[in-house]
Amino acid sequence: MVGIPSRHKSLVLLAGVVVLQVLLLAVQIRRDSQGRLIRVWTVGAVSPFERAGVYGVGRIRGTWNHYFALQNTSRDNEQLRRENDTLKMQIAQLQSKAAEADRLALLLNFHKSHEDVPMIGARVIGASAGTASQTIDLDRGERDGIRRNMGVITPDGVVGKVVEAYQGTSQVLLLTDKDSGVGAMLADSRIQSPVGGTGEPLLTMKYVANDDTVNIGQRVVTSGMDRIFPRDLPVGTVAEIKSGNPFKMIRVRPAANLERLEEVIVLLTLRPLELKKESAPANPQSAAAPSPAANAAGPSQAAKP
Amino acid sequence: MNDAFDLRSSEMHIEVHKFHTGAILAALILALFFQAFVPVYFPRVAILDLPLLITIYFGLSRRNPSTGLLLGMAIGLVQDSLSGPTVPLGLYGIAKTVIGYLASSIGARLDTEHPAARFALTALFFGLHQGIIVLTRRILLAQPEPWFNVHLAIAAGINAIVAVFLFLLLDRLRKPS
Repeated sequence: MVGIPSRHKSLVLLAGVVVLQVLLLAVQIRRDSQGRLIRVWTVGAVSPFERAGVYGVGRIRGTWNHYFALQNTSRDNEQLRRENDTLKMQIAQLQSKAAEADRLALLLNFHKSHEDVPMIGARVIGASAGTASQTIDLDRGERDGIRRNMGVITPDGVVGKVVEAYQGTSQVLLLTDKDSGVGAMLADSRIQSPVGGTGEPLLTMKYVANDDTVNIGQRVVTSGMDRIFPRDLPVGTVAEIKSGNPFKMIRVRPAANLERLEEVIVLLTLRPLELKKESAPANPQSAAAPSPAANAAGPSQAAKP
Repeated sequence: MNDAFDLRSSEMHIEVHKFHTGAILAALILALFFQAFVPVYFPRVAILDLPLLITIYFGLSRRNPSTGLLLGMAIGLVQDSLSGPTVPLGLYGIAKTVIGYLASSIGARLDTEHPAARFALTALFFGLHQGIIVLTRRILLAQPEPWFNVHLAIAAGINAIVAVFLFLLLDRLRKPS
């Protein structure tokens, strides 16, 4: 024990007595909404140590968990990776289903708005094996009423026409195929000219005279002259214009996304069709019927001028 | 124990006084009684702080800091007890503990028998006592209290004057050296 010098004993006694009385005061005084003063002081004195303790324990625990207790981390990491992959796959599937639902909804709306027109939805199940042709295969065939030369569309625009119909499947020649074509016209000026494929993403509109005024962005719609498609179905928009001799060289961007087709509509008739004007996606400006001779026209005959 | 002895640690010859048995207790009881009951009939008398004067006197006379602070503590706590519920125990106790200690410490070093010294020391201790109370109220109790006003100055003067005569009266309680 360290002895207190006698000259300081009274000072120590003074300090002790004063402190005791201060504590006595604290026990009696009640602060508004904070309880007795002794409690306020006690909490105020203890809480920094509590905070420090919690902080220290948290740091120690964090250090231990993050640097030492890692025996399960690798396994957990692997499991989380697997779960992540599974979830990514599920998300992709759900996104795909959602997109499919949107597309089907569009088809359904189109079908409802043209209930008088016989048509059937079909799913694309295959495509041409080589680059020499631009075709797709549908999961519908003759037993569903599909025949050769029937028109194939989407709510966005013309896709092509059926070139082969089998029992349960059918083959469609896309507009972009170099042997394909459709009777078309400029929507505003009503200048008619067939639109054909080139084997490339863009179509070509060959027989527009140099004197005719054509602007980039103009809409190109079906003319009905091929006797396959009704008039005023969207074909595409003018993308490039070059002067030629004697006709302009016009490139048309297809309205339908022919590179990513998944569901299409097959027009189940070989007779001239007339679509309602209010059909939103197709949005024909007029609905005149093509010639009844369409039944006899083959794909190339109907498409090519 | 001797009735009186000299502090010879310094050059000055300072005498430590002893009192008749029960003199301190009787003086203390009388002072507290006076402080507690006389103002009921004579409110102006409340300006006097007789327990403080008793603390100062016996502190200066006994000249033992430990005894002085314990005496001050006892007087202060009793005064707190008699001051009603609005005064927490310890308010006067702390102040008088400090005053008792300081009075004893100063009394051990200075000759405090002269009336002028007693007047000055009493006025000083009164101010200090009041300062400790205000400090305690402000810091510990969060109660607003003015540090100084004219009333306190007057009270310090009156208490100092009364102390001169009271201390002469109390000197009669001393045992002859």
